[in-house]
Amino acid sequence: MMNNGQMSAIAVDVKNIYKTYGKKTVVSDVSFSVGKGEVFGLIGPNGAGKTTTIRMMMDIIKPDSGDVYVLGEKFREDTKNKIGYLPEERGLYKKQTVSETLKYMASLKGITVTDERIDEMLEHVGMLPHKNKKIEEMSRGMGQLIQFLVTVIHNPALVILDEPFAGLDPVNTELLKGLILELKEQGKSIIFSTHQMNQVEELCDRLFMINKGTEVLYGKLDDIKHQYRENSVFITYEGNIGSLKGVTESRQRDEYTEFFLDSNTTPQDILQQLIDRRVTVNRFEIGTPSLHEIFIRIAGVNGDGDE
Amino acid sequence: MNKIKTIFKYELFTTIKRKSFILMTLAFPLLGFLIIGGFSLIQGTDGETPIEEIKVGYVDEPGGFDNHLTYGNVTLIPQEGQQAAFDNMTEGIISQYFVIPENYMTTGNVTRYTLTRELDVSSQVYYAIERFLVNNILEGKVDSSIVDRVASPLYLSSITLTPEGGESGQQGGFTSFIVPYIFSILLIMAIFTSSGFLLQGLGEEKENRVMEILLSSVSSTQLITGKVLGLGVAGLIQVVVWLISAKFIAEMASTSIGGLLSGLTIATDFLIIGVIYFILGYLLFAIIMAGAGSIGATARESQQFSTVFTLLAVVPFFFIAHIMEFPDSGLSQFFTIFPLTAPLTVIMRMGITDIPTWQLITSMALMILTIIGSIFLAGKIFRTFLLMYGKTPKLGEIIRMLRQA
Repeated sequence: MMNNGQMSAIAVDVKNIYKTYGKKTVVSDVSFSVGKGEVFGLIGPNGAGKTTTIRMMMDIIKPDSGDVYVLGEKFREDTKNKIGYLPEERGLYKKQTVSETLKYMASLKGITVTDERIDEMLEHVGMLPHKNKKIEEMSRGMGQLIQFLVTVIHNPALVILDEPFAGLDPVNTELLKGLILELKEQGKSIIFSTHQMNQVEELCDRLFMINKGTEVLYGKLDDIKHQYRENSVFITYEGNIGSLKGVTESRQRDEYTEFFLDSNTTPQDILQQLIDRRVTVNRFEIGTPSLHEIFIRIAGVNGDGDE
Repeated sequence: MNKIKTIFKYELFTTIKRKSFILMTLAFPLLGFLIIGGFSLIQGTDGETPIEEIKVGYVDEPGGFDNHLTYGNVTLIPQEGQQAAFDNMTEGIISQYFVIPENYMTTGNVTRYTLTRELDVSSQVYYAIERFLVNNILEGKVDSSIVDRVASPLYLSSITLTPEGGESGQQGGFTSFIVPYIFSILLIMAIFTSSGFLLQGLGEEKENRVMEILLSSVSSTQLITGKVLGLGVAGLIQVVVWLISAKFIAEMASTSIGGLLSGLTIATDFLIIGVIYFILGYLLFAIIMAGAGSIGATARESQQFSTVFTLLAVVPFFFIAHIMEFPDSGLSQFFTIFPLTAPLTVIMRMGITDIPTWQLITSMALMILTIIGSIFLAGKIFRTFLLMYGKTPKLGEIIRMLRQA
């Protein structure tokens, strides 16, 4: 890990932060860093401490102890201008029009936006016709898109999205996903928090999983999946397979059957048996659990779930 | 700094564009001009109507009450006896009558009869009867100038002096109290309009969930400072509009209505003290309201929460009779110095008495200290509660959290 003072490749560096409310410790000894240009997932169940962690990153609340470095420096007065933050609890002034909202929110970030820029942004998400409508006239999904535009209107280097897909219909979810990938292409660092694991698998390079205020997983998505790999294979086949040697259990999944192997059996042994029996195999895959399964495994069995 | 300015401008302009703000600001001057206009209109048409003549009958049982029968528009008419007097009254020849009984000289009892219900005997009639009796009793016994003095022994005029012996600029009395009285009401209205907008705004931002978006761009201190200043300037605009129109209204009332209001003027030092106490009072209550606003989960809950402080501020109104009668009592002095009641009490007392300078200075100093203390406490409250949604915390939780913050 690199030092903080110098210009580094690190967008956010969180070091051993703690936060306690009353007797309840909400965040305990959380550390992670987010590289520049990376899409980073902050995941965990509801109430795990995700939002509290983000608020400490945003300097909205102060950690009881520990440090946060954003874009290579400690939080300063103008640091907020370089971050775009879409909170989980979000709303806009209902009486303002869409363009007034964008202008005022940008001015709070210290920049003046031109009408052309506003038109351009609204056009991009197909909302130009609603430019002069009031926020209260918007549907929920449209409001969320406006909020996303508010988040990125000042062209921030770091974008933090807390549960960005909550309450969005599938069409808008896809639209927002596209917008996030666009930001990534522009080289922005993106942190997004969610409890929907499939979104993480689609978008994130690395992730930090938090449960009950503490770290449960941290690292590259692929590494984590590898670490939690079961000795199993996913097979989609035609015909009757019979019983396979070395298989302790088989489970029917949506699109495949998962075969769990005993410790003396490798996936190659199974493949060999299938070829020998001339079974038509449409899919053969080394069993990597979905993030969701890993999550359930860890969060479901408290305390001793960690290996 | 620039962000405070951005919020300041936003809050100021959204407030002065609010319909309720414009209505409140213009309602007071308009009402004043309407009343004066209406009054002079009525006077203009009514002034020419002839004064009604009042005919009062009397039954003179002891005899000798025969002369001096006219007093202004009241004419006294002797009656033959009680039955005749009653008949004349029912026929409308006289409107009322009174009986001087045989033993009048020893008892002074006089009974008056009338057909209409009334609150009290009219002062004109009372004066006429009184002078009629005095004049007739003393007829021929003493000089007429002595009769006048016995009937009206004094016309009292009081003059308040300064310690140097000159005539004081503030002469007290009804007119000097009416101005502070109206002003204390306006001052409280102005303070609570502006700080109420602040409370409502914060509550709405929490309710709409705009709060966290705002806090991702500005710090809570910048947000509150910008809001307090923006709404304060809006309130100041309101107060200045009221003060300027009040000066005009007072002058117009003094010349056109006259009578009780003929001495109505508004002294400059009164205006200055008024503005100072508006600013101090507003700052104090705005910060308290902001604190309350950040604790409540919704705008309505915040409003209920702040009612406690609003009530404290208007406590002097409950004691208005006491303050009017004993403006220098211990209680009046306490209300002057206690920060929450100071703005209202100072304005009320100023009309009736000269508040000692030390009390004014102590009162202002204490208010400033309280404001500074409240800012410190409010800072903690904002950090702790601005982003708490769902339910309003209980008092015990609030105290515990503040201790930790």
